[in-house]
Formats: sequence, C-alpha cells, structure tokens
Amino acid sequence: MSAVLEVTNIKKNFGGISAVDGVSFDVREGEILGLIGPNGCGKSTLFNCILGQLTPSGGEVKLDGRVVTGLRPAELNKLGVSRTFQLLQVFPKLSVRENLILAGQEHQGSMASRFVGRSDAGLTEAANQMIGFFKLDHLAAEPAGGLSYGQQKLLDAAMAFMGGPRLVLLDEPAGGVNPSMLSDLKERLVAINREKNATFVVIEHNMEFVMSLCSRVMVMAEGKVLAMGRPDEVRKNPAVIEAYLGH
Amino acid sequence: MSGFGKPLKIALGLAVIAALIIVPMNFNRYGLFILSQWAVMTIAAMGLNLTLGYAGQVSLAQGAFVGIGAYAAAITTTHGWPLPAAIVVAIVLSFMVGWVLGYPALRVQHHYLAFVTLAFSTLAFLVFRNESWLTGGIYGISNIPRPHVFGLATNKPLPFYYVCLGSLAIVSLTVWWLIRSPWGRAFMALRENPLRAQSLGIDTRRYTLMAFAIGSALGGVAGALYAPLTQYIDPVPFNLSLSLDLLMMVIVGGAGFYFGPFIGAMIAVLLPEWLRFTEGYYLMLYAIAVMLLLIWSPTGILGILDRTMAARRTKAASALRAVAKSRMETVQ
Repeated sequence: MSAVLEVTNIKKNFGGISAVDGVSFDVREGEILGLIGPNGCGKSTLFNCILGQLTPSGGEVKLDGRVVTGLRPAELNKLGVSRTFQLLQVFPKLSVRENLILAGQEHQGSMASRFVGRSDAGLTEAANQMIGFFKLDHLAAEPAGGLSYGQQKLLDAAMAFMGGPRLVLLDEPAGGVNPSMLSDLKERLVAINREKNATFVVIEHNMEFVMSLCSRVMVMAEGKVLAMGRPDEVRKNPAVIEAYLGH
Repeated sequence: MSGFGKPLKIALGLAVIAALIIVPMNFNRYGLFILSQWAVMTIAAMGLNLTLGYAGQVSLAQGAFVGIGAYAAAITTTHGWPLPAAIVVAIVLSFMVGWVLGYPALRVQHHYLAFVTLAFSTLAFLVFRNESWLTGGIYGISNIPRPHVFGLATNKPLPFYYVCLGSLAIVSLTVWWLIRSPWGRAFMALRENPLRAQSLGIDTRRYTLMAFAIGSALGGVAGALYAPLTQYIDPVPFNLSLSLDLLMMVIVGGAGFYFGPFIGAMIAVLLPEWLRFTEGYYLMLYAIAVMLLLIWSPTGILGILDRTMAARRTKAASALRAVAKSRMETVQ
C-alpha cells in the first residue's frame, strides 16, 4: 500500500512552547489511522499544520508524494483533503441540505460557471444521498443551528465527505455523541472507507471507538510520537499506559 | 417569507410592481423626485447589503462609491457620452476600487475594517472636493443631461422615475440571481464561518474581494443614476453621512434579507417626508424610532417577520416530532 500522506519532522512552536515537536508518520491508502494522546499533546495542532490552517515552524507534508506544506486550506481541499472540527463547525442559518451543497459546490466547475449555472451546482441529488446515508432525512430542510449536538456532529462529518475526498482528518468525531448515534457514525465511516476507498485519520478519546475502528493507532505525548502500531499492541505498551491510558 | 403560499407571494409582488408603475402617474414633481431617490438609494443599499448583510464585511464607504459613480456619470455625460456608457464606466471604476478596498478585509475584520473603510470614505470626499480640474471642486458639476430612452426624452420627472425604477428592476434581478447562486451561498459561508468555509474549498480571499467589488459596483450604479436625477452634483452629498445613512438603511431593513434594502431605503427616504409636519422635531422622532426598532429587533424590520415565521415553523416541526415519537412508541 502506498502512502497518501507523508509527514516528516513537523514542528510548531507557540512562543516558548513547542506544541508539536518533530512528528513524522505516514498514512497508507485506504487505512483508518487513530491518533490518541492526552489533552494538550498537540494532536489538533498537528492537524492544523497538515491542513494549512497553521504554518508549521519546520518540517514537510507530502500528499501523494507531492510537497503541500504551506498550501492554503481551500487549495488542499481541492486536492482531496477534507476535515471535521473538534468544536461544532456547521453553518447554523443554512438548512442541512444547503450546508451539504455548500460543502461540495467548490468542487463543481469554475467560479464563473458556478455564477451562471444552477443554484444548487447540480448537487441536490448528491446532498440528498448524503442526508439519507447519515439518516438526517427528516431534518433536510431545517436550519442546521436547530439540530441537536449529535446531529450537528453527523452533519459536520457528512459535509467533510461531500467533495468526494481521498483523505479525511476527523477531529474527535465521537465527542458528545450518544452511544446509539455513535455506533451509527462508526458504521457510516467504515462504509465510506470501504466503498469509496477514502483514507481517514481520526483523533478521538473514546478508546472503544478508536480500537474498533482503526487499523493502526498513533499515540502522541508532549508534542512527540510516543508509539505507533496495531490497536492491541498500543494498548499493551507500558509507555502508553503510563502517559495516557492509565492503569 | 416562506410562510406565505407561492401564488400569494407572486400576487403580492405583482401588485407592488403595478402600484410602483401606476400610482406615481398622479404624483407632483417633488413626490416623483423622492420616489426616484428611493429607487436609487435602494440600489446602493442592495450593494451594501451584499457586502455587509450576506458576506459579513463591514463597510463605511458605500457613500463614497455612490460618489464615484455620480462623478463618473456627470463627467462622461457632460462630455456627450450616453448614460448607459456612463453607467458601464461607473460600474467598472467602482468595481475596481471596491476590489482594492477589499484587500484590507483580508487582514482586519469588524470595527477595524470599519475604520479602514471610513478612512477611504474621507479620502474619496477629499478627492471630490480638492481635485477641481476633474470634479469641479466645491462648485461641482451642473447641467448634467438626462438620457433619451428608445428615442424618448426623460427630462420630465415621470419618465426619469421610470428610468430609475427600470434600473432598480434590473439590479434586483441580478442580485436575486447572485444570492441564490453558489456565490451567494459562499458569501453567507464567509459571514457565518470563514474557517470552516476554507476547509470546504471555498477561496475566502477571492470571495471577500468579490463581495466588496460587486457591492461597490452597485453603489456606482446608484451614483450614475443620482447624477442625472439631481442634474447637479457637488461633494457634500457623498460625505461620510451618506455612508452612515446607507448602513442604517441596511440595518433597519434587515441585513442579509433580500428585501431589507427596499424597506430600509423607504424608511430613510420617505419617513423624514412624512414626519415633516412635526417641523423641527422630525429628526429627533426619526432617531428615537430607529433606536426603539433596533432595541425591539436587532435584526431589523424583516428580522421581526423572520422570527414570527421561525416560531411558526418550530411549532409545526415539534408537532411532526411528536407524531414521529408516538409512532415509534407504537412500533415498540
């Protein structure tokens, strides 16, 4: 399996604090990689550096072998990299369907053709399918701001898939989602991973979710990679137990 | 507005359009002037509503763009250019200047951006006043001709009112198209959550500049109609207070609502006329009315309507939910 994403020696300093301190790893095509670690260990900062939301202080990010360090988030998204956020990031005044159309529209045609073309950029059908896939049918016309927290999390994830991405970085998709909705979400993620051959990196604190979903798990602590391996290996690693999992 | 049935909405729209065409036929010169001014200011406010209401970029410079359009039209038409050509010049010029003014918005937001645009507004006023070789300085430009439309002179107030109304119709359709296009959606994304918008591939830089440029271009259109409407321009009408007036029209009507500028401009242009009988008190009454309105509804007049509709929708939705729940319980 070839690497979709190669991260080499990424560093990010905020003042005197090095939030990410020389992290290197790669993500293989079609895998679901878990990223765990205590709060403040640099997981989200690492995501932001990979996705161009922050400029890394050092290091390199390659997508399909091409250096993409320093590209803006919108440019990376056009190359097939998508994300969800730890905190809710939907467009509250737009309806669920409009949120999804918005999430896909910039992948349709040029700026000029989107001005003269159809209002929905030809995406209503695709949005409806995504709505059905994430079981949000009854809420399609509701403003996204009126949805429950868990439903907004589902919508957030659904939006990340609208552009047909190759690589999706999910930041705590399970946070604040109730157990039955969580198993729904896991089922959806696995289905998209298999059917669309999309590659995922998932930050998550819910160990059960991570262990059952991911093929490999990377553990971070204090800005560095502490361990990397299959879920069962990582779970037994004494350093991981010490730093994160607890006894 | 979604609470009305579609046929009712269309009927209402047609009635308003018919009234705007027929009723003014009996108006005197002054009444027609005020109504033409309403149409012109609505165009300028629609531009600001696009920049501020939809794309969320604060601007205190819309009056300056009305000025740029007015001077462009005054200078070109007094040199024998036809008005449509003058309007094109006004659009291109204010689009380009608006695009450049958008660059600060890529770095600063909210009240900081307001100050940048305020400085621009002052700058534009100084150019109108001091560059007399071009603008006529404090003496302004007089004898601005009115156009011939399909061979008909529009020197009389009624024909020129129809020119303004027709222009408003064209601008309204264009803005309606823009708002419902993917561009309109991207503008709203810019306003609601630029960070998320970026991660969805929305080029926030380009859309921000576009929002400024298009909004400013509409200010230019309004100016290009204002010049032949008054047939005389000097720098005074295009100072900061016009920008503030236009901002108030957008806010009072309801920022980010399509019909907001129509209502806002109506209040700003017509209300002072209706309150004229109170003589010296009309400005005070006007100020108090605006304050009370914004305390009651910070989202403007259309915000009140929107909330009423939303409350009705919520009721309907919770009824649906209750039905769904009772069905699920029956199944279990």
